[in-house]
Amino acid sequence: MYDISAIYEASSVENAVKLRQEHPDAVIIAGGSDVLIKIREGKLSGAELISIYGLSDLRGVTMGEDGTIRIGSLTSFSHITKDPLIREHIGVLGEAVDLVGGPQIRAIGTIGGNTCNGVTSADSASTLFAWDAVVELTGPEGVRNVPIEEFYLSAGKVDIREGEIQTAILIPKESWEGYKGHYIKYGMRRAMEIATLGCSVNVRLSEDKKTLTSLRIGFGVAGPVPRRARSTEQAFTNVPLTEDLPKEIGRAVLADVNPRDSWRAPKDMRLHLCSVMAERAFIEAARLSGTDLYGKAEGRGSSFMCGSREGQGDTEAGHQTSEAAEHQTDSRENSGTGSTPAACEAGGEAR
Amino acid sequence: MTKKQYKMITCKINGKERTAVVDVRASLTDLLRNEYSLTSVKKGCEVGECGACAVIIDGECFNSCIYLAIWADGKEITTVEGLVGPDGELSDVQQAFVDETAVQCGFCTPGFILEAETFLQKGKIYTDEELRKLLSGHLCRCTGYENIMRAVKKAMYVRNGVEAEQNNR
Amino acid sequence: MIIGKSIPRIDAYDKVTGRAKYTDDLCDKNALVAKIKHADAAHAVVKAVDVTEAQKIPGVVKIVTCFDVPRHTFPTAGHPWSTDPAHQDVADRNLLTDHVRYYGDDVAAVIAEDEVAASQAVRAIKVEYEELPFVLDVQEAMKDGAPQLHEKFPNNILSHTQIRKGNYEEAIKEPGLIKIEGWYDTPTVQHCHIENAVCYAWEEGGRIHVTASTQIPHITRRIIAQALGVDWGKVRLVKPFVGGGFGDKQDALYEPLCAFLTTQVGGRLVKLECSREETFINCRVRHAIRYHLISWVRSDGTLVARKADCYSNQGAYASHGHGVCAKGMNSIPQMYPCPNMECDSWTVFTNRQVAGAMRGYGMPQVTFALESHTDDICRKLGLDPVAYRRRTVMPVGFVDEFSKNELYSDTFNQVMDKGAEYIDFERKRKEYENQTGDIRRGIGMSLFWYNTAVWPISLESVSCRMVMNQDGSVQLQLAETEIGQGADTAFAQMTAETLGIPFEKVHVVTSQDTDVTPFGTSAYASRQTYAAGMAIRDCAEAFKKHILEVAYTYTRMQPYLMDIVDGNIIRTTDGRVLMTLAELAATKLYDLQNSEHLTMQKTTQLKSNAYSFGCCFAEVEVDIPMCSVKVLDIINVHDAGTLINPALAEAQVHGGMSMAIGYALSEKMLYDEKTGRLLNGNLLDYKLSTTMDHPHLEAQFVENPEPTSAYGTKSLGEPPALPAAPAIRNAILQATGVAFDEVPMRPHLLYRKFAEAGLL
Repeated sequence: MYDISAIYEASSVENAVKLRQEHPDAVIIAGGSDVLIKIREGKLSGAELISIYGLSDLRGVTMGEDGTIRIGSLTSFSHITKDPLIREHIGVLGEAVDLVGGPQIRAIGTIGGNTCNGVTSADSASTLFAWDAVVELTGPEGVRNVPIEEFYLSAGKVDIREGEIQTAILIPKESWEGYKGHYIKYGMRRAMEIATLGCSVNVRLSEDKKTLTSLRIGFGVAGPVPRRARSTEQAFTNVPLTEDLPKEIGRAVLADVNPRDSWRAPKDMRLHLCSVMAERAFIEAARLSGTDLYGKAEGRGSSFMCGSREGQGDTEAGHQTSEAAEHQTDSRENSGTGSTPAACEAGGEAR
Repeated sequence: MTKKQYKMITCKINGKERTAVVDVRASLTDLLRNEYSLTSVKKGCEVGECGACAVIIDGECFNSCIYLAIWADGKEITTVEGLVGPDGELSDVQQAFVDETAVQCGFCTPGFILEAETFLQKGKIYTDEELRKLLSGHLCRCTGYENIMRAVKKAMYVRNGVEAEQNNR
Repeated sequence: MIIGKSIPRIDAYDKVTGRAKYTDDLCDKNALVAKIKHADAAHAVVKAVDVTEAQKIPGVVKIVTCFDVPRHTFPTAGHPWSTDPAHQDVADRNLLTDHVRYYGDDVAAVIAEDEVAASQAVRAIKVEYEELPFVLDVQEAMKDGAPQLHEKFPNNILSHTQIRKGNYEEAIKEPGLIKIEGWYDTPTVQHCHIENAVCYAWEEGGRIHVTASTQIPHITRRIIAQALGVDWGKVRLVKPFVGGGFGDKQDALYEPLCAFLTTQVGGRLVKLECSREETFINCRVRHAIRYHLISWVRSDGTLVARKADCYSNQGAYASHGHGVCAKGMNSIPQMYPCPNMECDSWTVFTNRQVAGAMRGYGMPQVTFALESHTDDICRKLGLDPVAYRRRTVMPVGFVDEFSKNELYSDTFNQVMDKGAEYIDFERKRKEYENQTGDIRRGIGMSLFWYNTAVWPISLESVSCRMVMNQDGSVQLQLAETEIGQGADTAFAQMTAETLGIPFEKVHVVTSQDTDVTPFGTSAYASRQTYAAGMAIRDCAEAFKKHILEVAYTYTRMQPYLMDIVDGNIIRTTDGRVLMTLAELAATKLYDLQNSEHLTMQKTTQLKSNAYSFGCCFAEVEVDIPMCSVKVLDIINVHDAGTLINPALAEAQVHGGMSMAIGYALSEKMLYDEKTGRLLNGNLLDYKLSTTMDHPHLEAQFVENPEPTSAYGTKSLGEPPALPAAPAIRNAILQATGVAFDEVPMRPHLLYRKFAEAGLL
């Protein structure tokens, strides 16, 4: 039995917006893998909830005429992974969210919740950053689109305004066309884990596979919110593919990241892993694009996987005040830096 | 606390149509255990981290502890009690758990059986690595998962008409 | 022969169908709910508890604070009681306390109509503390001036024991000796049985009735009575199916408090269910023990002198206390005999979680230290670890002076042969020498020492009752509890074997009820098949003798000419079936002249103990830049004597190996140094292995029947959890050259050590 003072079930997106206006303090619940846990822990006990669980319109993946991939905010991780459009065009996203928690968590956890709780360790987030995803919000004034990098304001805080709910995640065609990606999650065990660090790399190669024409690197837990390795990306656009390139990229990302010290992992260890994971994710993304830089890349070690509590969440679009994972001090930090031998790679072939 | 809030829901539980007036604060675990005495639905953590409370909802396995009872409205729910035949016959997965010594204290067992039941319905042969991932949302402290893997593989092979590998490794 | 057959568990059907009822499944849904107000300070004196706001919450029935409970203290350890005060467990507990000794200690309890009201009230209780300095580290706690937890124990030392053999100081003067020295540190870990601790209590007939998930019904009943200060007979305890214990439930947990709470609400039904977080914070943990080992060896490896200092972190209360550390220390001179030894062990209070019994009882800790140290010796001298152990380990015929345990068979060589062959040790050991590169493999091994039951340290007493039905079937009653291991199935096999009835005719009463179940000290010390086995045999043989005497009345054959075979009374001289047991039981019961219900009860006292040995071999892959270790292959080989049920035995080994892999690589309770608060007390942040964290677990056996045992069997419940951690550690040592001095070897540690070694 949860300590819930009232629950309002939205019957449509419009109704959800109306409920948001009527109950500005209510917390949106889409699944339960986040909000219900906070209620149990006492952090949200006595809360009023707006349940959007029943809004089936917000479930599913479609492609617009302009090639934009639209992921309904309530689409569960397991459905994203299985979805044919995702598999064909942005497979790495399906693979990344397939590393969240365990199967039951992936059945209830939604991409909307995973982004709306604003935690840096969310497995979908670094990949969505790397894909230049756009967040679609629906409110009293209509629809508002926000680039994902701007959507994250600070640890645990996202740009959802009064009356709004998140309705979709969009991946524009120019973001995915021609790119291949790979995500590595670092955790302390291979399932049921929060990311200690997440690194998602997208590459686009020239037709002759000799030049890296575009590079995008998204990191989770390398700062208070997910982030891009912008200076590295700029430095390595239109450069020849050489054997030294992965290591150079690995070194370069250190200028772009700012992980913190916590009981889950020390800063120096995270910095070290930022380099190693960027290097390895790049090698794998390049391989998927048709270039095997190291033959059987020595770098690819054991694959580990992980899942998370706060990072795994349901769509909590209205819960603007939720504190950020990585920067909380309580025991179940969203931060998801784990601590055991586990990094888990998504993407690439089965190993 | 303000006035208690209730909702009437209708769902199918183990094949039977049920209507219940539920306290909106109840989890599906609460509903199944307290209203229907389906005590195979175990409470191991109540925050979705152990899998002991897992049930099948419309063909997918969920942790019922972090699933609100009101969401069960219109859903079809299965627990291990529902896998048993009318004369007490065990399902193939249940029988495999018995035969392969996959049961020890038994507390995680219903969750594992339901998870296996869910993916074995797809009629596929999975590799060991795939099976380990499919079962990874359930914690067990007794078995080291070894005999659970054996049992699931046995049921998978039998169901798909494939002769079981001799080597369990 | 029914002994040695892999019969499916007798409770398997009920468990796969959800029919098996555990404690919470049986509790009336309208029970009052009790929740505890835990301290948010690691060490403090409670000045005041303000319940004003909490009491206003609708649904709150009663709030009890630390100032409302009996002032006398009681012990909690699941040990047999001793009538000798000097041998009794330390009584340092109150039901609720105004002297907070760890972060989360119990200050007050709320009884409410439902869990939501109870939780709200717990949050609304205001506690005023006078905070005291706290200490988490075992050696810091021993220092003069360290914060003191218990008045009667200066420098926080609960106990100090030692072993002296030969003359260490003289022996180390021998010229040319090589000194190998190491510190080995083990973590605080938790049992993580999937069923949390739970109990409920009510009053009926002027007595307190408690149903609880416990391993030790009779002992817990005694502790409840002691805690409440009532006659032992005033308390009844029932144990239904238990969802795992591993030693955590070999302690009185919240049963005494729950029993007290029902008396505070007029005997109404009160349920006290631990959350997972409370199971971590407020139940028991494994002792973190730090070892300092010094060995003096000749260049060929001959052990001349050895010194071992063992520092055991007891946490806030005595619970099982020093026995855990002492057991480990006592194994050191037995495992690798050495003429000159100085061993000391200290068990020390700190403001951590309370350490109690956990699978292996001090042995996983010392096995990590000693077997790591043994490989450190081999590495320093360039010796093969298997060959070295063959030469130095306890020899056949070794007798321990204290326990009188004897190594009867060439067990160590046999298990090493099996393990080495399975994993292809020699070839791989060579292949993995001198590797370079980011990803490397290694192979390592470890032996282990264990014993069986608790004699001669404590009482070993088992009572067994057999009650025959009119159909010739038998109810078997023992207080030795089924908690998941498969004990009931093994007991049924033993009973069928000795009594001469079909296995299906043995009905094990799986639920213990202290009103009905004969006395026994229950499930711990891997004693079940050994200790209960003796009682079963004792009882069954006496029962059989009695049955044959009764049969004489009807068959007119002398008892010595008869036997019971497959449920029939047969004449041994020609094998003729004279009557069935069913005929006899019914005839005798309904005999109008001389009716008797055929039953037998015996109390059997053990005055023996048995060694149980084995080994582990592990192969690992280390990804150095990623600071990760993957176990590729692992095998445990055990000599547990005769296996009663090989499939169940194998399953026990799997579970222990799994626990040991977690011990080696991922499990550790982490503390906030600033507050003393446990940081990761939940199943997400505490890294219990998942299905994906294990390779195939190989379990093999050699079966040398134990000469002192009723059925040739000896301990197997705990030993599987011992050897994997050092085997994995030694494999990592081979792969990387880095000698880890600490478990778990989680990425943080790998990162630090690899960086120090210049590998990153």
